[in-house]
This record gives sequence, C-alpha cells and structure tokens, in this order.
Amino acid sequence: MARATSPRRKALTTLAAWSVALVIFFPVLWMILTSFKTEPSAVAMPPQLFTADWTLENYAEVWQRSDYPRFFWNSVVLSLGSTLLGLAVAIPAAWAMAFVPGKRTKDLLMWMLSTKMMPAVAVMIPLYLVFLKLKLIDTHIGLVLALMLMNLPIIVWMLYTYFKEIPSEILEAARMDGAGVFKEIAYVLTPMALPGIASTLLLNVILAWNEAFWTIILTTTKAAPLSAFIASFSAPQGLFYAKLSAASTMAIAPILILGWFSQKQLVRGLTFGAVK
Amino acid sequence: MGKITLKHVNKSFGDVAVIPDINLTIENGEFVVFVGPSGCGKSTLLRLIAGLEDVSAGQIEIDGTDATDLPPAKRGLAMVFQSYALYPHMSVRKNIAFPLKMAGMTEAEQEKKVQNAARILNLTSYLDRRPGQLSGGQRQRVAIGRAIVREPSAFLFDEPLSNLDAALRVSMRQEITELHQTLKTTMIYVTHDQVEAMTMADKIVVLNAGNIEQVGSPLDLYHHPANVFVAGFIGSPKMNLIAGAEAAKHGATTIGVRPEHIDIAAGGPWSGTVGLSEHLGSDTFLKVEVDGIGTLNVRAGGEVNLRHGDRTSLAPQAGRIHRFGADGKALA
Repeated sequence: MARATSPRRKALTTLAAWSVALVIFFPVLWMILTSFKTEPSAVAMPPQLFTADWTLENYAEVWQRSDYPRFFWNSVVLSLGSTLLGLAVAIPAAWAMAFVPGKRTKDLLMWMLSTKMMPAVAVMIPLYLVFLKLKLIDTHIGLVLALMLMNLPIIVWMLYTYFKEIPSEILEAARMDGAGVFKEIAYVLTPMALPGIASTLLLNVILAWNEAFWTIILTTTKAAPLSAFIASFSAPQGLFYAKLSAASTMAIAPILILGWFSQKQLVRGLTFGAVK
Repeated sequence: MGKITLKHVNKSFGDVAVIPDINLTIENGEFVVFVGPSGCGKSTLLRLIAGLEDVSAGQIEIDGTDATDLPPAKRGLAMVFQSYALYPHMSVRKNIAFPLKMAGMTEAEQEKKVQNAARILNLTSYLDRRPGQLSGGQRQRVAIGRAIVREPSAFLFDEPLSNLDAALRVSMRQEITELHQTLKTTMIYVTHDQVEAMTMADKIVVLNAGNIEQVGSPLDLYHHPANVFVAGFIGSPKMNLIAGAEAAKHGATTIGVRPEHIDIAAGGPWSGTVGLSEHLGSDTFLKVEVDGIGTLNVRAGGEVNLRHGDRTSLAPQAGRIHRFGADGKALA
C-alpha cells in the first residue's frame, strides 16, 4: 500500500531537495556567472553573485587566445575512443565473468576494482616513463589507451552486473542454434544488454571527458583535451578568474548538455538490477 | 538418423558425482523420456548430450560418431528449454530463422523454412510479433519451431511444459506427440511428471541420484517395476508399499500393490477404516487405515459410497502383488 503523504510533508521534502540540489549546483552556477563578469568584478570583495557590468569579452578572448576547436576535438576523440575501446575489451571479459565464471572470478573482479582505489600519483612516474619510452606522450593513441585502462574496471563491473541479469538459457539456446562465442555476443547478448551498454558508454564518456590528472600529465599540445585547455588559463602571473571561468564553462558545456539529455538513461542504467 | 549412445558417461561438479556412470542407447526415431525426482540428474544428462556441459569421463556417440568433445552447434541436435529461451529482441520470424542464419543460409531459403515451420505449428499470423506479445503456449511453439527448422538428428526437450497451465500442458503434450509421429525424429524429453512420461514415451528412463533405475516401455515399467523406487515413482496415485509381516507372508521384504488393484470386497483379507474419501465422479480415491498394515491408497469406482469413518474390507487382485527383496529389487 502506498504511504499517504501530507501536503506539508511534500512541501518540506521538495524544499529540502531543492536546497541540496542548489548546494551541489552552486559551484557550477558561480563559475557560469563569473564567466560573464569583468576581471575586477570577478575578484570583488565581498563577492557579488550578480554584477551590473555583464560582458562576453572573456569568451571572445578565450576563443581568440587558444584553439578551442582542437581541444574540443581531442576531448571527443579521447573520451569516445577510450570508451569504445574499453567496451570492445570489456564486453567479452564481462561475458566470460558472468557466464563462464571460474573459481577466482569474484576475486578478480574485486582486484580490478581495487586498482581504482590506488592513488594515481603512485604510478605517475612509472607510467610517464613507459609512455616516454614508447613515444606515446602527447599522442591520441597513448591517451586513449591510458584512459581506457583507467576506466576499464568500472566498465567491466557495470557490464558484468547487466549481463548477470540475462538468463544464461538464452545464450545456451544461441549456442545450440549454431552461434559461436562472438556471434552469441554480437547477435544475442549485446542487443539484449543494449540499455546497460548505453549507460556504461555514457558514464565512461563523462568520466573520460572530465579526467584531468593524466590528460594534463601525458599531453602537451597535440593531443591535449579540454581539461588541459582549462589548465592553460592558470598562468604563473596569477589566476584570471573570469577568463578561467569562461574557459571552464566552454569545457564542460558539451558534457553537461550530453548529461542533461541522457540523464534518464543514466539513472536507469545505474539502478539496473537494484530492484527486481 | 538420430541414434545416441552413452558409454560410461560420468559427470562431477567438484567432488559431487551428479552422474556416476551411465550407459544408454537411444535408437533412431525413438521418443525417450528421462524421468525422475528433482535433482536426480536428468537435466544434467540432457545437457551432457546437448554439449552444454562437458562430461567428466565417458563417451557420447551420435550416429556412430564420437561427439564427446564437439561443441553444441556441431552435434546436429536441437533443444527446447523450459523457459522457452526465445530471443526477446527478435520477431518470431527472426527467432525461428536464427539457426538458419547461423548456418549461412540465404534469406529466401530461410523464409521458406520459416513459413513451413510456422504452418506446422499454427504460427503464421504471429510471425511479425515479438515473444513478449505471445502467450506461454505460443512461445513454446516458437521454441519448437526454432528447433524444427534445423532438421536436427534429435530433439532435446528440457521440461518444456512445466511453465504452462494444466489445460495447455495437455494440448501441448498431444502436439509434441503428433509432431514426433509426423517427423519421426529421435526425441529426448526430460520431465518430473510421470503422467507426461507415460503418455508420450516409447521408452522411459527412470533416473534416481544420477543412476538409471530402469529402462523400458511405459507399460513395462507399470507392470514390471524393477525395484521399489520405480514401483513407487511410476503410477498415479502411487503404488502402496507394505513391509513387515504382511510382506513376509508373500516371501518378500516389501510388497507393492497399486491403488487400482485393490478391490473393496466383503470378507477381504484386509480390514480398515476409511480416513479420506475423494469422489471424482469417475473414480473414488480412498485412504484406508488398514489394521496391522497402515494407510493404503485405494482407487475404486465412482459409485463407491464410503465416507470418513466407515469400516471396509479390502482384497488385492490376484497376481497383482509385486514382491521386492531386502535389496529393493523385484523378486521373480
């Protein structure tokens, strides 16, 4: 039976939800507002939420001073490339773990996840040296590989969870019908797990897009994505908050829009299998 | 062709031997039913034949060729699963055509075979629907259609009717039997329902704890159970098994009498009080507490008018008493 909710309780819950949402969204809002301020208004004390001298100059200057389209394109290549490569590796891996598990599959999954708990800085020097030796610094392929490996545990885990929901009898039927492993995955498993795969793709595109640590360390100019573009606006002479905010807004806008339009799919994917 | 031979087939999961050692020959065109209680290994045995599980030891031959290490697709068998196992994202047409597509058949050939299977199974008007839009019986027919188009050397059925309601089960049972008569292809059918086994099979294989207890025709098993387990398992209602002094009178450790082989007869050797009386019109099922023996099930005619608490005399029919020794095996 549904629980009766009084109008007063509903109003309070709504107010609480809006308050929490505002607290979470406030830094982003502040950044967007600052991007339209002049530099003096941006650092004014006490801080002003709104200002009288709104300007688009920051955007114009950021656009002129740097090659935004190239950074944007690099971000697209790295986030999509690493996610698609990750899916290509993770789908067969998750299939094996979900449908032909060994004695140590659970341990393997936990170990994979544990690598995400390792501080990235701990492997910074070795990874940098490996990349240097293999001439992968500031290359698309190098960054795609690095980001793919970084997010692979999450991709495998998510896919494993979705695949576990698919009855193994359907895959056995495909095997009886003459499908080998790859046809079974291509014709039966993947179409059936498509909602889950789409959620995994979206989440990992967002994670890869927002990745700053490795993209800044392993790139200089050619393969640098939007995270490096933002970092380029923190000059040794000091921070130019308005321009930095304009650059940051330009960097997050595409992924924010993608997230906005795909939020239903994302929530559905992330809660998949939580409730039967 | 569709002769399947199992030679010393053994299957263990870890330390547990689910199937210790099985030898069995299924002749071409036979309808064989594996029957037994839950956990007896009947589904595992079917999956071993299908190639969905690997044997731990032994050999499986299909039409004289060693198929032990062949993958499922290469064995030339088709399987119908309990849960139908249809591809939910494909239409009925695509579901049925899937094995043909995997075999690399042209679309025109696929369509011809799909139409033929759909006609046999009355699915023609449902070809463009998805499995989710079909009833349980229709889904099971699609699963059978998918099996038919492959023209396999044998069909394997894993409890295919257990998800259907009672009425549909009876009609599907008849459809599968008719299909066997039409196709004349070997069929191996797993069930725990001995009524299905009795009505459909040419040959029944009774399994218990991974071992074959008896192989024979339905009536052979009914009239000549090889041991106490088969005697108790085959037949509905179950055979009455009596031990102790009454069995000793017949020179056995246990004797068995089927409920339909006990008459209500004044002056019969067994006297008792009626505990439960179920009147079905055609039959009357009685539970009688017999003095010195215990509870016996009796299947009497519909006209019998005994009620709870009535006293009655019972007599087993001559020549209908099955005798079993201390090892549980039937005595000659």
